[in-house]
Amino acid sequence: MLDRPVQNHDEAPGTFTGNRGLDQEEPLLFEIGRLETTGVDVDDAPDVTPRLGGLERKTPIGLPGLSEPETMRHYVRLSRRNYSIDAGLYPLGSCTMKHNPRGNEKMARLDGFADVHPLQPVSTVQGALAVMEQLAHWLMTLTNTHAIALSPKAGAHGELCGMMAIKSAIAARGEGAARTVVLIPQSAHGTNPATAALLGFSVRVVPAAADGTVRAEAVRAALGPDVAAIMLTNPNTCGLFEREIVEIADAAHEAGAYFYCDGANFNAIAGVARPGDFGVDAMHINLHKTFSTPHGGGGPGAGPVVLSQRLAPFAPVPFLRRDGERLELVEHAEGTQSFGRMTAFHGQMGMFVRALAYLLAHGVDGVAQASRDAVLAANYVRAALRDVMTQPFGDRPCMHEVLFDDAWLKGTGVSTLDFAKAMIDEGYHPMTMYFPLVVHGAMLIEPTESESKASLDLFVATLRDLARSAREGDTKRFTDAPRLAPRRRVDETLAARKPVLRWRAGETASSRAT
Amino acid sequence: MRYHPLSDADRQAMLATIGVADVAALYSDAPASTLIREPLDLPRHKSEIEVERHLKQLAARNMAAGDAAFFVGAGAYRHHVPASVDHLIQRSEFLTSYTPYQPEISQGTLQTLFEFQTQVALLTAMEVANASMYDGSTATAEAVLMTHRLTGRRRALLSGGLHPQYAEVVRTISRLAEDAVVDMPPDASGVEDLIARIDDSLSCVVVQTPDVFGHLRDLTPIAEACHRHGALLIAVVTEAVSLGLLTPPGDMGADIVVGEGQSIGNALNFGGPYVGLFATRQEFVRQMPGRLAGESVDADGRRAFVLTLSTREQHIRRDKATSNICTNSGLCALAFSIHLTLLGQAGLTRLARLNHVNAVALAELLERVPSVEILNKSFFNEFTLRLPGDAAALVEKMAAKGVLAGVPVSRLLPGAGLDDLLIVANTETNTPDDRAAFVAALKDTL
Repeated sequence: MLDRPVQNHDEAPGTFTGNRGLDQEEPLLFEIGRLETTGVDVDDAPDVTPRLGGLERKTPIGLPGLSEPETMRHYVRLSRRNYSIDAGLYPLGSCTMKHNPRGNEKMARLDGFADVHPLQPVSTVQGALAVMEQLAHWLMTLTNTHAIALSPKAGAHGELCGMMAIKSAIAARGEGAARTVVLIPQSAHGTNPATAALLGFSVRVVPAAADGTVRAEAVRAALGPDVAAIMLTNPNTCGLFEREIVEIADAAHEAGAYFYCDGANFNAIAGVARPGDFGVDAMHINLHKTFSTPHGGGGPGAGPVVLSQRLAPFAPVPFLRRDGERLELVEHAEGTQSFGRMTAFHGQMGMFVRALAYLLAHGVDGVAQASRDAVLAANYVRAALRDVMTQPFGDRPCMHEVLFDDAWLKGTGVSTLDFAKAMIDEGYHPMTMYFPLVVHGAMLIEPTESESKASLDLFVATLRDLARSAREGDTKRFTDAPRLAPRRRVDETLAARKPVLRWRAGETASSRAT
Repeated sequence: MRYHPLSDADRQAMLATIGVADVAALYSDAPASTLIREPLDLPRHKSEIEVERHLKQLAARNMAAGDAAFFVGAGAYRHHVPASVDHLIQRSEFLTSYTPYQPEISQGTLQTLFEFQTQVALLTAMEVANASMYDGSTATAEAVLMTHRLTGRRRALLSGGLHPQYAEVVRTISRLAEDAVVDMPPDASGVEDLIARIDDSLSCVVVQTPDVFGHLRDLTPIAEACHRHGALLIAVVTEAVSLGLLTPPGDMGADIVVGEGQSIGNALNFGGPYVGLFATRQEFVRQMPGRLAGESVDADGRRAFVLTLSTREQHIRRDKATSNICTNSGLCALAFSIHLTLLGQAGLTRLARLNHVNAVALAELLERVPSVEILNKSFFNEFTLRLPGDAAALVEKMAAKGVLAGVPVSRLLPGAGLDDLLIVANTETNTPDDRAAFVAALKDTL
C-alpha cells in the first residue's frame, strides 16, 4: 500500500529525439524502410521460361523492407506502447481477460499440429481429429449438450452459425415465411442484433425488469407465431444470472421458437452450471474468453457452438464422425440436413489445441475453481466499492462481473470516460465503458480468477482514490487524463471526418490535413 | 492450482468482506435444477508434464509436412516463416493485448494495423484495406454482401475456378439471407466463358486468380463487362505470395479484392487460424466490413492511430451494421505484416519467382511422364494434373511412400466427374530431391 502520492513528472524536460528514456517514438515502416532492402535471403531461382500467361507484374509494388535487426527494433519498440494482460489487470467486463498460459503456445506450435495441412489425407491427420474430438467432448460435457459445431472462427461467427441452424430448422418445419422475428434484450451485445439482421430477421426488443433481468412474463408477452428465436446472454451483460431462464426457455419452446444463448459470460458458470440444463438450443463458447486463448490485439478467436438435439441435424459441415478406430471428417452437406458451410477448412485448430491444453491442465475441478474464483473476485470488488460507486440494480450478488453506473459521478464534472482515462495514468486499462446500453455511463468490471488478492486490493484502492478525487472536485486529474500514456486523448472526430486509412508515398501529415 | 493465485486464506478473507459464508451463496440466483450435482465424465487437473505428454502423443499421430515431400495447396500453402516473426508475435504486448479500443495504450497494435492495411492495399493495388477478416472464404462472403448493399441487387455470379469451399460458404450465407447465387460449372481446364453470363441482374461476379486449379486469369475484360452491366468485380486471391509476381487485381479493374493471407507469416495450422484480406476502392469504404485503423492526432498534436469509422460496426450500429464481425484475426495479421516487412518488395519478388520456378521444374519433370497431363497453360506455383486413374487412391498410396502429393479434386468436388484430377502445389520449401521423390513415387504407383 502507498502512504504518499507518487511525484508528478509532468514538467519533465524535452529531448532531442522526442524519446523519454525507455518510452521511445517509432516511425512508420514506410518512413524508415527502403524499397531495395530485404531481411530475408531468398535462394536464387534459375532462369526458366515463365508460364505466367502474360500476367507478370509490370509495376513495382511500392513495399519497403527492413533488415532483420531493424525489423526487430521496429516491432519491439511498437510492442512497448501496448498494455497487455501479462503486464497488468484488464477489468474488462464481458471480455474475460484471464491469463494466457504459455504452455498452450508451446503445444500449438508442435510440428504435428502447426505443420499439418487441412487437406492432407485424413489417414495422416488422425491426431488432429482426435484433438477436435476431445475438445468437443469437454465442451459438450460442460454444457450438457449432444452436438457441436467446431468450425466458427469467433463468437460472432458462432452466433451466425447458431442462428443459421435455427433458421434452417424452422424452414424444415415449413414455417420459414412465418417466423421472421428474433427477441433480443436491449442489454445484448451488438453482435446479437447484427447477426439477426444479416439473416433477414427483424429484431423485437424485450424489456428488462427494474432489477436488470429478463422476466418470463415479458418474454411470453413478446412471443408469438412470428417469433423464430430468443437470443439471451446468461449470465447477462449486467453480470446477473437470469433467474427465470428455465421458464423463458420453456416459454420459447412452447411457442415454437428456439433459444440461442450468447456464451460470452460462460466463465461465471463453467463447471458449476450447464446451459443445456437451462434449455438452450445453441450456445457459442468464446475460446478466447473462457478458455484462455490469447486475444492477440483483436483475434484470432474461436467460437464453437454447442447444439441441442433439436438442432443437431442442421449442424454445418465439416463435422467429425467416428468409424471404429478411425475418425472421419464429413465435409459435404449432400445427403445430410446440414445447413452448409461456415468457412473453408475445419476451424481454428490452433485455438483448439490451446483450449484443450487449458482444459487438460485445469481438469473438471480446476474449471469449476476458476469459475468460483472469478465470481468471488467480482463480488469482492463489488463489496469494496459499493459505498463509493453506485450499482444500477441495487447492491446484490453479481456473477463474474460487476456493473456500476455513473449516478455517483453526478455533479462532479467527471464522466465515465474521464474516469476511465484517469485509470490509464494509474497503470490500468479501463473497464468496459458504456456497455450495456441499458445503464447510463455503464462501467462493467470483470477481474477474472487470474488476479491475486494483492492485485485486487491495489485495484480497488486505486478506484477508491480516484472516486475520492472526483468527489473532492479535482476534475483536472480526469479531464486532462491520460497524461502519462504514450499518447494523450486522440481526436476521434478528426479520424472519422477525414479518414486516413493508409500511408501514401509523397504525403506528409500536414499535406493530408488540408 | 498453478493458474489460480488465490489461496484458501485469501478466499476466506474475501468472503468475509463480501459478507457471505461461502461462494455457493453467490450463485443463489441460479435455479437449483441448473447447478451441477453429479460428477462429470471429465478428468481432474494435470501437471504441465502430463499435459505435454498427452498432447505430444496426439501430435505424433499426424504426418507433419516437414516429414514428407510436400505438395499440398488448394488454398493453404507451406512457406518458410523467418524465426523473427514467431518470436515477435509472442511478445506479451502483442500476444496478450486486447482489441485497441483505448488508443492511448494501444499504439503498438494500432500502428501495426495501419501498416498492415497499407501493405495489403499496396499488394492488391487497391486504395484501402481493412484490419483483417477471419479468413479468405468469409472475406469473400462478406464482399458479396457488400456488393448487395452497394448495387441494390442481390445476385452473385461465381466463377468455376473459385475454391469450392469458398463457393459453399458464399452459397450458405446467400441461401440463409435469401440472396441468389449463380454457379459456373467447375472449370478445371480454365476455359469458361464468364463474360457471356454477366448481365444487369448481378450485384457481383466473383473470380479467383490464380484459381483453385492454378490457372491465371486476366481480370481486365471481366471487369469491363461487369462495369458495363452495373455489377462489381470481386477478385479472390488464395495464395498471397502470388501478388509478388503477378499483375495485381486492382490494376485489372477489381472493385473489391479479398484473399487469404496465411501464406505470409502464418503456419498451416491444419486450417486455422488464418487471416482474411479485404481491400476496396476509397468510395466504398463506408460499406466495408471489419475494423479500420486510421490516423489522427492526440491532445498534444502528436500523430496517433485510432480505430475509426466505427459507425459501420456492430458495437455502434447493432442491427444496421455492415457485418456482425467483432474479433477478427489481429495476431495473424501482425505475423503477415512482420514477414512482409522482412521481405520487402525485393524479397517478395524473389520469393514469388522461386515459387514459380519450382513449379515449372516439377512441370517439366512431369511432362516426361507419358500417362499424366498438366491442364494448365499458365500457373503461379500450383497446377492440375490429369492422371490415368483415381487421384484420391493415388494420393493415399503416395502418402505411404512419404510423398504428400497434392489435393485430389474429388475431395473438394465429389461426384463432379473430376476424380482423375490432382492439384499439385510447389513452394520455396520444395527441393530437387522432393521433386524427384514425387516423380519416382508417382511412376511406382501408376
